[in-house]
Amino acid sequence: MPTPLEWPLLRQLRGRDRLGRGAAVESATTRSITPRTRTADRVVDSVCPFCAVGCGQKVYVQDEKVTQIEGDPASPISRGRLCPKGSASTQLVTSDHRVTKVRYRRPHGTAWEDLDLDTAMDMIADRVVATRRKYWEWEDEHGRRTRRTLGIASLGGATLDNEENYLMKKLYTAMGAVQIENQARI
Amino acid sequence: MAECHPVGFQWVMEAKRKGATIIHVDPRFTRTSAVADLHVPLRAGTDIAFLGGLVHHVLDNDLDFREYVVHYTNAAALVSEDFRDTEDLDGLFSGYDAEEQQYDPTTWQYENAPQSAAAGMRDPGQPGGPAASEEHEAARSEQAGSGGPTVPAKPDRDETLQHPRCVFQILKRHFARYTPELVAEVCGVSEEDFLRVAKALTENSGRERTSAFCYAVGWTHHSTGVQTIRTASILQTLLGNIGRPGGGILALRGHASIQGSTDIPTLFNILPGYIPMPHAAQHRSLEEFVAEDAGSTGFWGNMDAYTVSLLKAWWGDAATQDNDFRFDYLPRLTGHHGTYDTVVNQIEGRSPGYFVVGENPAVGSANGKMQRLGLANLEWLVVRDLTMVETATFWKDGPEIESGELSTEGIGTEVFFLPAASHVEKKGSFTNTQRMLQWRHQAVQPPGDARSDLQFYYELGQRIRARLAGSTDEMDRPLLDLTWDYPTEGPLGEPDAEAVLREINGWDGSGDALSSYTQLAKDGSTACGCWIYCGVYADETNQAARRKPHWEQSLVAPEWGWAWPANRRILYNRASADPDGKPWSERKKYVWWDAEQGKWTGDDVPDFVADRAPDHVPEEGAQGPDALGGRDPFIMQTDGKAWLYVPTGLADGPLPTFYEPVESPVRNAAHRPQRNPALEDVAEPANPLNPPESRVFPYVFTSYRLTEHHTAGGMSRTLPYLSELQPEMFCEVSPRLARERGLDHGGWATIVTSRSAIEARVMVTARMRSLRLGERWVEHVGLPYHWGANGLVTGDSVNDLVGIALDPNVHIQDKVGTCDIRPGRRPRGPALVDFVDDYRRRSGAHPAEEDDS
Repeated sequence: MPTPLEWPLLRQLRGRDRLGRGAAVESATTRSITPRTRTADRVVDSVCPFCAVGCGQKVYVQDEKVTQIEGDPASPISRGRLCPKGSASTQLVTSDHRVTKVRYRRPHGTAWEDLDLDTAMDMIADRVVATRRKYWEWEDEHGRRTRRTLGIASLGGATLDNEENYLMKKLYTAMGAVQIENQARI
Repeated sequence: MAECHPVGFQWVMEAKRKGATIIHVDPRFTRTSAVADLHVPLRAGTDIAFLGGLVHHVLDNDLDFREYVVHYTNAAALVSEDFRDTEDLDGLFSGYDAEEQQYDPTTWQYENAPQSAAAGMRDPGQPGGPAASEEHEAARSEQAGSGGPTVPAKPDRDETLQHPRCVFQILKRHFARYTPELVAEVCGVSEEDFLRVAKALTENSGRERTSAFCYAVGWTHHSTGVQTIRTASILQTLLGNIGRPGGGILALRGHASIQGSTDIPTLFNILPGYIPMPHAAQHRSLEEFVAEDAGSTGFWGNMDAYTVSLLKAWWGDAATQDNDFRFDYLPRLTGHHGTYDTVVNQIEGRSPGYFVVGENPAVGSANGKMQRLGLANLEWLVVRDLTMVETATFWKDGPEIESGELSTEGIGTEVFFLPAASHVEKKGSFTNTQRMLQWRHQAVQPPGDARSDLQFYYELGQRIRARLAGSTDEMDRPLLDLTWDYPTEGPLGEPDAEAVLREINGWDGSGDALSSYTQLAKDGSTACGCWIYCGVYADETNQAARRKPHWEQSLVAPEWGWAWPANRRILYNRASADPDGKPWSERKKYVWWDAEQGKWTGDDVPDFVADRAPDHVPEEGAQGPDALGGRDPFIMQTDGKAWLYVPTGLADGPLPTFYEPVESPVRNAAHRPQRNPALEDVAEPANPLNPPESRVFPYVFTSYRLTEHHTAGGMSRTLPYLSELQPEMFCEVSPRLARERGLDHGGWATIVTSRSAIEARVMVTARMRSLRLGERWVEHVGLPYHWGANGLVTGDSVNDLVGIALDPNVHIQDKVGTCDIRPGRRPRGPALVDFVDDYRRRSGAHPAEEDDS
């Protein structure tokens, strides 16, 4: 039976760990467990996905699952720190709220339906081809060559990778779509 | 900054520890104010008056850094005799067309400059052709992100700065009225506080010291946003705080790769590297397209090489000298096609297909109702995200369903929700707010149907091309000739992001990766997807993936990631040395001329022609980089100088002028025009604007972010930790306003504009300041804008309150407006529509009139 003097608060006051970040808050249980950052199969270099400061992240992976995300001490930008959002990124990528199946709502439908990813991709490609053709414009009302479609628009990019933005702009431009925008103008 | 960029703010605190003075200018008191030496609350949307006051203070007291100003800016340039300032024309510049609400900028040019209309406002070359107004709409000012607008020749200069028509004297006259008294009257900032700021700033600028400005959308989200940044630029340039360590005007951008998505733009008006999208009237051939810029001073003079290399990257062998490198394959602009124009097109049935990728316009874009009316009028919508954002579910739980304005069965939009891979489930690069690319390695595979956007677009392109295979229709050639063949890898067949990065970097005739944009050629022998990123794959190595710990390198840390251009960490850093190439001071030493070696050297990659001596005078008729003199640090500007005055390239004036936000409770005390005379209205029934000085809408609202949530909430409202930290939508009001309107701390309030009404919990706090403007008080309602209908924590959306009237340069909306606030929850169902209608009627709010021209 431990004496009341062994209560963590009293140990903190009596001992050298005044901030309660070490020995004062240890117990037999905490001593018997290992941080999951130590047992990870691998640690992968990454960058925080929230704001544009670009803090370095270390992603800890065990059994092909992300188990923890920590700040990267080596980063000259962040020196290991993460803000509340960056610190919550493990939840961002492992959240139960993530949707992992394609959802489909037919015109005038009242509920989501299941749809196979491959079918969805084909349906989207069909719609792009048809809308592009239907709304194709060789010239504007003044007879000036425009070679474009105003039938298709896109919004997004500021949360994506440079490489993704590049393929988007390249494909849309070849398609003749000009109404391409992202958060930079919002 | 402490709230929205907390980890970046550690460096502000480091500076403070070394003795820096931290000043926080913001309508509300935040975590930044708490640790600042001085917090200056000001009325939202009055930054031009405040900064203009500082410019006036510098000029009036001869506190500018004269040697820097004379040599490195256009202060000495002489301006056309035909130019008239706002001081001459009662708040307008010369060239204003009241009917079209726009400027003809011809008279703003330098003296003796050949007549050339401003970028984006050029003569279409078709006498009797379409109205000039349409040319005006072709936004080109973002092009200046990399290359300044073109001026035809170096102007005549008076380096004594005494000529009455030199920029310096024009500046003095223009800002003469921005006195401390005016600042007090407009901004609600006491003269004492203002002078404390002016003193601290000017005492900390010059040879030995530099000051920096950090800003975010509090400066840009206004119908005068561009001119706000211009005012700060003028101030910092006058003080010699640009291109030097510890100086600058630092945009704190809000998304992991919003800088990257501007550099490699998913934006309507530019191509990668800030090359403008061609315009139908002006750019019928590659020759016409590059003629305006080719040969002008500085590195923008090589725009032809950048453009040809881009066309080669996209259309490969199909792009040859004989066919203009397929310049004809690029679609043409005829006006502006910004996101709000798109929404209008959607509402009016002209734009039926929509991809929304990692964005949530139903919550995150201004005037939420307009966004949702647009979504409801589509044929098909593709939403790609991690979670079920409101943009994907508007058809079943949007506010218009609740109010009865729309019905689920009545909405014909077909919606595809495709789950996206998260940042750890794909590899790729983000470009952060300091232009630095950092590579992320893939940690795990994405779950279920989730895929990277790289894979989505790659496969979509493949499927579209398969459907068009064999087509002989000319409209399909750009898709069929497109270089669209990337190596794939992994169990899901992901395209290799490094191969895409390598294409962005570019290669030479033998297929080897280029190491610098100076290698790009206009003869088609090089390919490069984004010229400013050329070098990120130098030596066939992913330079963005470099992670040498900061303790193993200098403070500049050049071996961590890669910054564009050419891994330079401070732009225009030749200005950190004096005209003779010596550091301005030992304290502020950064880049300097090494006469012995005959080259520039220092702590950073010099942002200058490496071996150009400080005393170099270019030959008459030199072009491009050859035309840069040894004392022309601003190498992307076509005259090599920082522009205190903008002779071309802006739609609303060569100098910043204070106008009130579109919706304001007070009359403009600075000038006769109430609002930006050149602003762009968006004429839509769902977009009425509150009249100025409305008694029905007597308060100012301003929206902002909280530390614990992210933008429209798609990446934070589903996270338990963050939802627990900020569980509910609230509004912040001052004790005085709470008394005036009977609002209880912790109770409910309804906030209403002529667009909509929302409800929020009330936080009564002294952090919101009641501002004294002359005889009256101005109150703010502070609104964090993160909430919507979905997620762990839900609430009404602030952007439903916001109206749309746009800055004419970049088409960005005001985030400040007027509102009423009253105790209690908002009406439900159709009663909400009646409630807002009543306000609309009583205030006389109405949409802008349709422009018939």
